[in-house]
Amino acid sequence: MTKKSKQAEQDQDTGIRYVNLYEADDKVYMRRITGFYQKLRRYTGMPLLAAYLLMPWLVIDGRPAMLFDLPERRFHVLWLSFGPQDGMFLAWLLIIAAFMLFTVTVLVGRVWCGFTCPQTVWTQMFIWAEFLCEGDRNKRMKLDARPWGPEKVVRKGAKHGIWLLIALVTALTFVGYFVPIRELLVGLATIDVHPAAAFWVFFFTAATYMNAGFLREQVCKYMCPYARFQSVMYDKDTLTVFYNYVRGEPRGPRKPTDDPGEKGLGDCIDCSWCVQVCPVDIDIRDGLQADCIDCGLCVDACNQVMDRMDYPRGLISFTTEDAIEKGHTKVFRPRLLGYGAVLLVMLSVFTYALSARLPVGLDVLRDRGMRMYRISGPDVENVYTLKINNKDRDTHIYDLSVSGDYPFELEGYRPLPVSEGEVLTLPVRVVVPREALDTVKTSVTLRVEARENPEIYTEHTTTFIGPALRDQ
Amino acid sequence: MSTFWSLWIIVLTLTNLALLLWVLLANRKVAVRDDEDPENRTTGHVYDGIEEYDNPLPRWWFKMFIATFIFAGVYLILYPGLGSFPGVLGWTQEKELRGHQQQAQARFSEQFGEYAQTPIEELARDPQAMKMGLRLFANNCAVCHGSDGGGNWGFPNLTDDAWQWGGEPERIKQTLVQGRKAAMPAWSGSLGEQGIAEVTEYVLSMGEREHDAELAAAGEQKFMRNCAACHGADGTGNINLGAPNLTDDVWLYGGEPSDIRQTLRVGRNGVMPAQGELLKDDRIHILAAYVYSLSMNYDEEE
Repeated sequence: MTKKSKQAEQDQDTGIRYVNLYEADDKVYMRRITGFYQKLRRYTGMPLLAAYLLMPWLVIDGRPAMLFDLPERRFHVLWLSFGPQDGMFLAWLLIIAAFMLFTVTVLVGRVWCGFTCPQTVWTQMFIWAEFLCEGDRNKRMKLDARPWGPEKVVRKGAKHGIWLLIALVTALTFVGYFVPIRELLVGLATIDVHPAAAFWVFFFTAATYMNAGFLREQVCKYMCPYARFQSVMYDKDTLTVFYNYVRGEPRGPRKPTDDPGEKGLGDCIDCSWCVQVCPVDIDIRDGLQADCIDCGLCVDACNQVMDRMDYPRGLISFTTEDAIEKGHTKVFRPRLLGYGAVLLVMLSVFTYALSARLPVGLDVLRDRGMRMYRISGPDVENVYTLKINNKDRDTHIYDLSVSGDYPFELEGYRPLPVSEGEVLTLPVRVVVPREALDTVKTSVTLRVEARENPEIYTEHTTTFIGPALRDQ
Repeated sequence: MSTFWSLWIIVLTLTNLALLLWVLLANRKVAVRDDEDPENRTTGHVYDGIEEYDNPLPRWWFKMFIATFIFAGVYLILYPGLGSFPGVLGWTQEKELRGHQQQAQARFSEQFGEYAQTPIEELARDPQAMKMGLRLFANNCAVCHGSDGGGNWGFPNLTDDAWQWGGEPERIKQTLVQGRKAAMPAWSGSLGEQGIAEVTEYVLSMGEREHDAELAAAGEQKFMRNCAACHGADGTGNINLGAPNLTDDVWLYGGEPSDIRQTLRVGRNGVMPAQGELLKDDRIHILAAYVYSLSMNYDEEE
């Protein structure tokens, strides 16, 4: 008796089997479907896609409408420019976006995933290429099962060609957000481009091709962080894709002429179309699952079948758990109102902060010298280091003035031109006659103002330290 | 790193890698009960009535894990990581830094070269060059001379008109490149406390300050004999020796009578370190222009 069969017998004895912990997912063959929600998906995805593709080409104020200039550390967004000091805006923008996602999820589930997520939009494009070159579900399955031949090579080649083309355009556009796109294209055409830019174009081409071509629903299931925690935001009143089991069960095949009541069947004819069209390969009739991205494909598919059977639509539909069980839905619930209120507050504060953003920043640091102050003849001097940060889009020369409770004067300030996004660091002395100063510590206010535009100004108040008072 | 620690790190690193790989491979198969429905197998965990499916994990996780091991192996061969083994590429932090420094040099050298051709007086009026000067000064000079160049006790003020070694552009540049050593001897031995007091009063009288006329008269002779050689008969100093002007109100070590007496007693040895070795000549040229510009009154000429 060999060792192997011994082992096998033992396994049988104990009733234990060994299975693989890791298994490759079956390839999803989606059936093509048309319908109301598919139209809606196209109309939500297309504008976003068009905006993505066109944005780098737009020019505002003689510069790209959107350019993330990493070497210069400047982000140009439409009419505004941001520097590293404006990181708070980016952070809050992301927080607001996250809260918007939470609010939408509570209200209508994972519609972001199904309708607008780039993952979905690009996958849709790639699937369109698949339909175009290889045909619908059954044809594709047959083609994959067939051995390689001329037709298969041509069909597969065409598909991958289109995929790579879409991926390349995507990558070029994406890198165009970081490098001015006209320069980039000319540079690539004449092979005179920074190796880093060329590398990223190649990288994003490969990544797009891999992602939308092969990974697809794996991203939504296993990689996307939002997908990991979206389920906790659902409640019984969240609008999402449901199979109306009350109406559908018990399911079973029948002829269109049969009366389901007589056969003791529900409205579901078990045609499995809803499973065949599903991009994440789930059976919605098992109830709501974490994988479901609310794309509405199964809704459209089932509605088509219901129409053929002459049954009312909506066996699978966008509805809520409460609507199926109790027949009514509570839209305004504390969770939604809470998210909405927080979102509203954050949005208004953000908008205010953005509109109140000063086009110049001033930081004043007391000099870290050996002494608090310096006596220079009849005067007391304090030295400060100014950091003048030009957040405007033009070069400015700033005038500096000083004010306080004592006759302060400035010395050693140089009005140097500060270009866009530059932080000019320069020392300046604030001087006051020794007789005039009757306190050890007072405050002094420095004000910078753009020379040719008095609208652009900011102030900074700091301390001025003088010598200890002598006994008079 | 000694051989022992080097080996220690190598053994630790490789053992850990091997252990992790073993954990991954040893758990590729899981035992399941034969009679369980493979479609709806659960882990047996129940929380608030919620059960957990026991579905297989995606195969590409496993592949990615393997890929990280391959990456680790390649990395450890190419880069330093295994004890004192330097890696095939010979990469070091210092080389990386030097590469970046060379890049920066190349980036700025054109502009520096352009500035190096410009006379200092002209450069002092060029805002872009002065921005560079600001930064160079802040990094190399501000520690002693103050960020505004206003000086400190024992470190000259660069913003006034008093120049110990001369304020002409070329003199400033020379000071920067070669450095300076001032040598004020200690006089307590030869003059004695009485002599020091007398000379101090005389020095005060030269600056037309409050002084004791009698002591000053006695100090004059001593000054002429001992001090005039460097500071000049009129006390206005000598830029070739770095002897300060004693008649103005600029005092490097304090101008109170007690300060002056102390200076006479113990002497002073101010040192300006030579920058020629540390900074490239084109940088020194810009710095000289910046220092020169400090004493020009900026507010009046624009």
